[in-house]
Amino acid sequence: MIELDNLTKIFETGNGGVLAADHISMTVPSGEICILLGPSGCGKTTTLKMINRIIQPTSGRVFIEGEDTSGMQTEDLRRNIGYVIQQIGLFPNMTIEENITAVPRLLGWERQRCRERARELMDVIAMDPNLYLHRYPNELSGGQQQRVGVARALAADPPVMLMDEPFGAIDPINRAVIQDEFLRMQQQLKKTILFVSHDIDEAIKMGDRIAIFREGRLVQYSEPDDLLAAPKDEFVESFLGDDRALKRLNLVRVGDIVSPDIGTVRPGETLETARQRMDEFGYQLSILLVNDSNEPIGMVPRSVASVTRGYCRDHYQPVPATIHVEDTLRKATSLMFAEDTTWLPCIDDAGQVCGQITQRAMTRHLGSRFRSTTRAVAAAESEA
Amino acid sequence: MLANMLQRFGRFLVLAAVFAAGAWTYSTGFIDDFLWHWPDVQYLTVQHIWLTAMSGSLAIAVGIPLGIVLSRPSMQRVAESVMQVLNVGTTIPTLAVLALSMSFLGIGTVPAVFALFVATLLPITRNTFAGLKGISPALMEAAAGIGMSPVQRLFKVELPNALYVIFAGIRTALTINVGTVPLAFLIGAGGLGELIFTGIDLFDPAMMLAGAIPTALLAIAVDALIAVIAFLVVPRGVNPTLA
Repeated sequence: MIELDNLTKIFETGNGGVLAADHISMTVPSGEICILLGPSGCGKTTTLKMINRIIQPTSGRVFIEGEDTSGMQTEDLRRNIGYVIQQIGLFPNMTIEENITAVPRLLGWERQRCRERARELMDVIAMDPNLYLHRYPNELSGGQQQRVGVARALAADPPVMLMDEPFGAIDPINRAVIQDEFLRMQQQLKKTILFVSHDIDEAIKMGDRIAIFREGRLVQYSEPDDLLAAPKDEFVESFLGDDRALKRLNLVRVGDIVSPDIGTVRPGETLETARQRMDEFGYQLSILLVNDSNEPIGMVPRSVASVTRGYCRDHYQPVPATIHVEDTLRKATSLMFAEDTTWLPCIDDAGQVCGQITQRAMTRHLGSRFRSTTRAVAAAESEA
Repeated sequence: MLANMLQRFGRFLVLAAVFAAGAWTYSTGFIDDFLWHWPDVQYLTVQHIWLTAMSGSLAIAVGIPLGIVLSRPSMQRVAESVMQVLNVGTTIPTLAVLALSMSFLGIGTVPAVFALFVATLLPITRNTFAGLKGISPALMEAAAGIGMSPVQRLFKVELPNALYVIFAGIRTALTINVGTVPLAFLIGAGGLGELIFTGIDLFDPAMMLAGAIPTALLAIAVDALIAVIAFLVVPRGVNPTLA
């Protein structure tokens, strides 16, 4: 757990002090990723760097795992915090192994233990230890270097990590890969992480919580879905962009809004039954055909069912698309647009049909919590 | 194909020229004159190397720590002024420095070593300072961020990463030093300058060359030696020629 208590930084310049961070108070629960988000110069990096005293706070306190850090030696404090920066900052004079074991060596670990730890971490970041441990940083690609940067921060197994735009200098394709890898790693490691970003999409993808900064002040601190649904003021709203409802599609799983009421027919049933069931469930165009183990095998179109006699098994078309319950609404929307359909059958891990998701259900779910500040202000004014 | 032939022809031409020059100098008796000075050359070369070694190691011993001290953030204000003072040591012609040094310290080895030290100090200090200042702030932040103390940062990160530039400074400084030592003869410190200046005065080209050629070879040898040491000492990841 990281707790910031009225953390303040005033930079002294030629013409007076500049307030870079103004009484920042927030708590990041253990095992969560908190993204500090905002335009440049908003105080997010200053806030991050005050935690490991790269920037000395003017006032305020930092608690890590409930312990006040102001009494700790700067070096001890930093060795217990993993630190990853945008420029990576691997030491060019050291091999990858020496880079990764930098903190353990500072802590006085034995050689053998350091060596084992380095191999272990190379597995965690999915790089071949035999191939890379004895190379130098300049022999690695940018993405590989940043993976090593993360490994170095994890080396002494600190409970807390600070990351300053760690993936900002990596090209978009590699960035997505390394973000996914990092999230997978985090699921097992459960570190408490503060993560600076200026990229709203990265924040939504990576963050359990998002803190929005503006001009040195913490404006809003919420979970991503709350943030996108209900921004506190116009600044936050404009920062999130005018497609913020669409951004929420990434955060909601199909399983959250799946409706178990889905009408299906079996291969052995007649087209007459299929037509009746379409009417019963209100399907305009077609109905899903499933086999005996409830797996989707085709669609029976209404146009066929209403004019032909016979069994469903002889008159079906391929299924245009199905969606897994663990997929995001974003993928569901994309499939619907691509296939020109307003609903999709949902399947579970066993490949069995477990319900359906409709455009209506999606818009209702997203719209139920959507709040517009301009509309809220207008409503408040009309009341007054 | 044509380039290859030209290259081979060129090589042949060089060989032929060297052979012709050798034959000509031998026929004029020049080589015999030269060899007549051989015992002097041996003795003076050792003296020459001593002067370089003393003034050079003194300059390294003072220049590197000075460069380190000046590169500390707390010294930021005075660093440039100190550099300017050192610059004077190089700007003033070495002959003048020798003269000044002689007027305070008399004649002999001591004033010569001192003057050579002054002339050699700047490149070493300047390169140490520049090498340490040139380390990227991100690297320094990373080193601080993982919990290195200032001393650990200096020895584990800053110096290893500045070594290539520091060695470049030492190389320049010592090569200049070897080439300047002949002037030390003028204030009675010996060295190969003895043969060069006496040869000039007596209009004896063989004697002059008996001093000049070893001096030139010595400069090349010192340059090569430092290059080899640098190659062995500078970490592989820092050496730009290996990247």
